Order: sequence, then structure tokens, then C-alpha cells
Amino acid sequence: MSTSKYTMDKLDSLEAQSVYVLREAYREFKSLAMLWSIGKDSTVLLWLARKAFFGHVPFPLVHIDTSFKIPAMITYRDDLALQWNLNMVVGQNKAALEAKRTFPAGAVDRISCCKLLKTEALKHTLAGTWPRYRLNHKTKKYELDANIEPYTGVIVGARADEEGSRSKERYFSPRDRNSDWDIGDQPPELWNQFKTDFAPGTHIRVHPLLDWTELNIWEYIERESIPESIPIVDLYFDKGEGKRYRSLGCYPCTMPVESKAKSVPEIVEELRTGKFKNIAERAGRAQDKEDGGGLETLRREGYM
Amino acid sequence: MKISALEKKPSAHPREQMNVVIVGHVDHGKSTLVGRLLADTGSLPEGKLDFVRAQCERNAKPFEYAFLLDALKDEQSQGITIDTARCFFKSQKRDYIIIDAPGHIEFLKNMISGAARAEAAVLLIDAHEGIKENSRRHGYMMSFLGISNLTVCVNKMDLVNYDQKVFEQIKAEYLKFLKEVNLEPQNFIPIAAMNGDNIVANSAKMPWYKGASVLEALDGFKKAAPKHQQAFRMPVQDIYKFTARGDDRRIVAGRIESGTISAGEDVIFLPSNKRNRIKSIESFNTPAKQEAFTGQSAGFTMETQIYIRPGEIMCRAKDHLPHVSSKFKANIFWMGKQPLVKGKTYKLKVATQQVPVMLSEILSVMNASELSAAQKPHVDRHEVAECVLEAMKPVAFDAVGDIAETGRFVIVDNYEISGGGIILAPVFNEETALKQHIKKREYEWERSHIDPEKRAAKYDHKSALIIITGQIDTGKQKIAKALEEELFNLKRFTYFLGVSNRLSLASTDLKDKTLSKFEHLQQLGELAHIMTDAGLILITSITDIDEYELDMLKSLNLPNKTLVVKVGEGSFGDNKADLTLVENEDPQSAVKKIVDLLIRSVVLDPEYFI
Repeated sequence: MSTSKYTMDKLDSLEAQSVYVLREAYREFKSLAMLWSIGKDSTVLLWLARKAFFGHVPFPLVHIDTSFKIPAMITYRDDLALQWNLNMVVGQNKAALEAKRTFPAGAVDRISCCKLLKTEALKHTLAGTWPRYRLNHKTKKYELDANIEPYTGVIVGARADEEGSRSKERYFSPRDRNSDWDIGDQPPELWNQFKTDFAPGTHIRVHPLLDWTELNIWEYIERESIPESIPIVDLYFDKGEGKRYRSLGCYPCTMPVESKAKSVPEIVEELRTGKFKNIAERAGRAQDKEDGGGLETLRREGYM
Repeated sequence: MKISALEKKPSAHPREQMNVVIVGHVDHGKSTLVGRLLADTGSLPEGKLDFVRAQCERNAKPFEYAFLLDALKDEQSQGITIDTARCFFKSQKRDYIIIDAPGHIEFLKNMISGAARAEAAVLLIDAHEGIKENSRRHGYMMSFLGISNLTVCVNKMDLVNYDQKVFEQIKAEYLKFLKEVNLEPQNFIPIAAMNGDNIVANSAKMPWYKGASVLEALDGFKKAAPKHQQAFRMPVQDIYKFTARGDDRRIVAGRIESGTISAGEDVIFLPSNKRNRIKSIESFNTPAKQEAFTGQSAGFTMETQIYIRPGEIMCRAKDHLPHVSSKFKANIFWMGKQPLVKGKTYKLKVATQQVPVMLSEILSVMNASELSAAQKPHVDRHEVAECVLEAMKPVAFDAVGDIAETGRFVIVDNYEISGGGIILAPVFNEETALKQHIKKREYEWERSHIDPEKRAAKYDHKSALIIITGQIDTGKQKIAKALEEELFNLKRFTYFLGVSNRLSLASTDLKDKTLSKFEHLQQLGELAHIMTDAGLILITSITDIDEYELDMLKSLNLPNKTLVVKVGEGSFGDNKADLTLVENEDPQSAVKKIVDLLIRSVVLDPEYFI
């Protein structure tokens, strides 16, 4: 490798590209939002937004609350939103929850549960057709958001290495009026020119983390430590029980993995050379295995 | 932790990363090669191979390595790759992102998307089928995209009994083709991807081949040297001012495409020609930086306040500067569903600039597979053409051979990226489409018996278009309306035309920003021309137009007079304005100054006028 003082290592390059993508999105989309699932990927994405906009996050963060999220995730979300002055917006499928059309308690399978609590809730929250709840930083409570304008640009933390259909995404990926994804007819992406023009009624999913792997995410968290570090919800770390979450989701469908990694460097080592070197991250997610292409089906219909 | 490069702590694992695209004709075994590479280097997730094998068994299908990549249901059922997939694997030497591109002509734009982000390419040719249409087309596209790191594999050698003669024949023929498109492969490898021959190690089946295996060939690719030595170029993505969040910095942001720059250096923004000096280099969660370099997404504050728009290229003032021209010669690869035609306005995106553009001339249209050139009135899908493009205002760019990043562009047609291109050279030509249009209009204009002099004598003033412009909320409109009232009270023939009176159709909101702004100005110019022709003093206020847009309005209003009043700071220099006012100037005093200006320039008898 070059010994020049101008070297960019792999993480520098990944960061620069993600920042570039975020800035393109911010310039081109008037009604822009970022999905924040509270997991490590979208939290790194949030951090990259602060990089891109010099400490600010100049668009709302949308979280879809399935009500089955591990409680520690919600506390962490609101603490960080207050601390970083984030414009936090939450959406939910209240009807499905009230009718108890959920897995495993209700009479629906995993895929249908995901579809109702995540895909449907996301679709309607983005479109502004279901209520949005916005965090009031003074009262620290969520209030009905007056803004019901559809978000036309939605930034998502999907990574290509996660799963087959995600490996086929573009940085700027159009979704039609029904949030459907036409995988066979995706826009060309040449050099650094993305699809930033879109017909009325459609929206664009923006994927700044496409080239990152799970290991890159943890390496970056390890590197970004001075003066501030990226706060990561502690569910990812073993607290002495020999268990930790590798991927966060709803508790009925996400299982912790056997691991003694207690810190970021230990996780990096575990992924780089240790027991998870060759085991896929979503191995602990049950909905991916329901049929031949469970996640593909969900994603075609708008799942993130 | 990230510090300015000198003090940077070397990471514990300083690994290099490279993007490699796999291309070639449909069914020549691209996905199989990638699947095999992943399997043989132990890069697959645990259980993935067994899972796919079990799935094949369940569906009574023979196992194929391609199934590891073709993740989509349609791909598996049709047995072809539809879209580019990215997969990750590591060799001893470095980390790879392997981009498996589809080979079917129908999915050519997907292949281009994959290839455009690659630093190196592996091109596959089926030993049994030989060189096919897309073997050549993809080879040509590698040359077009500027990928010079190339290895060619002749696959399915098992189907020709590992016969060296077959290999040598294909090699000779294809090398000849590559030479025509200025490409020279580093390796030419006979392989049987399905059986793993010559993939990670040399195969006993082909003892006559002594060259590199595919894995060795990959590791042999050299990364392009970063462009620190070249002239500094940073296309401006945006100008940030987060004042509402208690931040007073005005930050010019973008990614540095070539060169390096330090605080304190003089810079020039093109095409606007504005000069400034870098005050500081801004970043979040890093120690202070004095220098920024190629590849970084950076941010700068300037010594003095500056009004520029996204799209300008920031350059070092003393460097060799980019070309600024509205016409240029380019090679275009067309992917649009509709052909590329003359007489239609498209959107050009070059670096971060976005401007309306028209096809001015087609020099030749080329079949990328046969390398045959033809004369045609339009460019069809999947064709490559050498053309002259004319943007509706000057753009800044480099020839692709000088600095590739600022010499590439795309063309957007009806929301879709429909063409990609590389700029060969600027074309300097006084004869613009606008001038042609005005000449034609003046020639065809049906004139009445009342000529401009008669009108002026009648109204005691010549006609004029008064453009009052400046940034948002600077009191432009107030001044414009007060001026109209004053002139009206003086019994002058005048009219205020607010731009908020939507000139463009009601559908403006649904249209492309760049094109609709252009269209709007065009309509305003034509309308102004009619009204000034009628002898009016027409007053209009416009937010933030630049020098070139101003020139367009003035040209369209010709032969009648245009007066420019600039309020506060603007996107063009004071020398372009006939009068400069301060922000939110008192309308009374502003009106007085403008009336003085009118007396000096359009009024026949000043005493009578007032």
C-alpha cells in the first residue's frame, strides 16, 4: 500500500461514499426522512448524517414501533433523540395491534405479522396516511405530528451483504405508488450519478450503507471513538450470560446468539477471525426462512 | 479514530478493497465463476452451500454454483441473472466486492450499473460457443467506462476436452478485438468454472497452461493511483448554513475528485468565475484539519461571504482550470426506452451540475458489438454515438482523458437516467441554439405600421424590461410594485409581472426542477419581448438568477432594452447589473434610484417625464 500521507483506508472510503450519497439525497429531496430502527446499522447511518452535515441531522428520523421491540431499544431511542436534538417521528399499525393480528399470540404467521406491523405501518407512515407521532423536546412526549406530507426520499440502512435481494439494490432505488419494488427494471447508476428524479406519487429509497459489511460497521464503531463515540444499545453485548443480540428486531422473532463478546473490539474480533467469521448475521431472524424468498417478497412490497 | 492523514494511527488490519465486475455474454458462466470463487475461498456463510444443495435436491434440479448468486426468485426459475449482485470475498491480499453482472442484452443497463463502479473486470467467453455479440459489446463498454484492469477467461474448457487449440484460437480473435478498443488484458485464462479448473490454483487438466489462476489474476490487479498530483477539483454538492440550529458556519460541501487543497489557498468556482479563499476545513468528530485530498467528502468555509449554487466546480485558482463551454463533443451510450433525438430538451448531469441540454449533432452512431459506424438521425437503445451536445448555459468540465470524474455525465429523459457519456472536448461556437432561435423569430415576426420610434414618441419613453433580482426575502417585490405604482401615477405605460403569477402551466410542480425553471425563464423572456415590443416598461422580480440565465432573458428580450436591478448579494457580479441596491432598501429611495436610471436610459424628454 502507498505510504503517502494522503491515504484513504477502506473505512475512510466507505465513509466518504456514504456521506456523498447522503448529501445528494438532502439536496434533491424536499421531503426527506431517515428510517432509524435503533439497530447498529441505522445508528451508524445516523452518525454518518452528522458527519455529512457537520454535527446536524437536518431531516426527521422515522421509527416504526411494532410494540414488540425490546424495551431497552425504546429507552435508548428517546434518550439519544433528546441528546442529539433529533426530529423523531414514530408510526405504528394500531389497528392490527388492537385486533391482535400478531405473531405468535394472534392467528397470523411470521411473514403476515411483519407485513402488518412493519411493511404496512411503514408504507402508511411514509405516505402520511396514518398518524405520525413527533417527539416534543420540551415535554419529552410524543404528539400527533401536523406534517402529513408524504416523504419522497427515504434513507435506509440496508447493506448488500445482509441477504440476497438486498445485494441487488441501488444507492437510489425507486418505489412506485404502492411502495412496490420492480427488481427487473431498476434504474442505471453510472459513476456517481443516481436516480434523483422521480414521477409524482413515487418515492426513492436511498441506501448509503450498501457497500458496508457487518464487520465494517463494527470496525467503524470501534474507530469512531474520539472525541465522541457512537452510542450503541447494550443489547449487542454479552452481560455475563454468554448471550448477546447480533441483530435486533422484535423479540418473538429475534434470538440472541451464544457469544461472550462484551465490547466493540471483542465483537470485531469475533466477526473477523472468531466464531461468526462465516455465519450470516440474519441467521437469527426467523422470517427470512419462511419460504424460498421470504425477505424478497417482503421487500418487493416495501419492507426495508 | 480519524486524524489528518500524517498522524493517523495505522489500523490493526490495513486491508485494501477492490471492486471487480464479472461480465460476458449470457450463459457463459459468470455467476458460476463467482459462486465457485466464493466456495473455493471459503467465503460463503456457513451452511449456505448445503442449504442451496438441499433446495436443489428438493426441487429435483441439478445443483449449480450460480444459485448461490441468483438470489431472486425470477432468476432462479429462469436460470439467468437479472440484476447485478454484490458479494464480498477475501483473498490473502485484499478484500473484494465482486459485482456479478447480467449478460443478457435486455439487462444491459444493469450490467453498466455494475461495471461503472468497478475498478477491474473479468470477462468470460464460453469455449464451446466462442465469441458472441455481448462478449464484444461488454469488452467495448469496459473501454468506454475506462476500466483498464482486465482479465479474460475462456470458460467451459471441459466441453472442448481442455483443448489448447480452441483456447488459442479464441484468444487470438478476441485480442484483436480488444486492440481495436484500446484494451490489453493482463491475463487470458482457460477455465472450467463448474469444476474449479484454474480458479484458485492451476489445474492438472490443462498442463499446457502455465499462467495465473483466476484468484492470482484478481490479486494481480493494481489499484489506480489516487489523483493527488492532479489539478484540484471539487464539484460543489451543497452550501450549508444551519443557522436555525445555532450554527453560523456557511459550509461549501462536496467530494474532492482530484488533487489536494489547504486552508488559506485561493480558489475559483466555475462556471460562475467567483473567487475566494479557503478559511477553514470543516469536519465532524475529528481533530482540526489543515488539508483535504482526493476521495474525501469535505467541507470548507470561505474568507468572504459567497453566493454560489450547488453544481459549481471549486478549483485552485492557480491550477490548470476546467473548460467552461455550453457545447462539447462526447461519446454517449444510450439506454433510454425512447431514442435520443434532436429538438428535445433533456437534463444533463455532469459532476453535480444539472442543466437543460439538447442534442446538437450526431457525428456517428456505432454498433458496440460490431464496431461499425453509421450515419443516423437518432440514437437507439444500446447504441453508442459520438455527438455534439449543447447545454442551455455553460457548464464546467474536463475532457475525460484529463480528469475522468469531471468528464463524465448522464442524460435524464422523463425522470430516467437514459444515457451515459464521456466528454472528449469542448466545442467553441458562437452559433448557439438561442441565437438561432432569436434570429428566426425576428425574421418571421410580422411587423405593424407602428414602429418602435413612433411608440416611443407617443409614450415619451422607449420600452424596457426591468428585472429586479436578489436572494429570497430582500424586498425585491415590494420595490417592483412601488415602482409600478410610481410610474403609473406619472402616467407612464407600465406593468408589473410577478413571477409568482405562474407563467408555466399549472403542472409546474410535477415537473423536473431544472427543466421547469429553464422553461419558465424562456416563457418569461418571450412574454417580455412581446410586452416591450408593445412599448411597455415591464417590471418583474426574480429570485436568485445567475449570469447565464440573465443573459438568456436579455437575449430573448432583444432588440428591446433590459435593465437589471440587483438587490443585495446575488449569483452574478455587480458589473452585470445596471443598478445595485442594498438588501431591504427603503422602497421610496429604491424607486427614486430606478426612476433616475430610467431617465438616463430610456426616457426621451426627462423634464416632461417627471
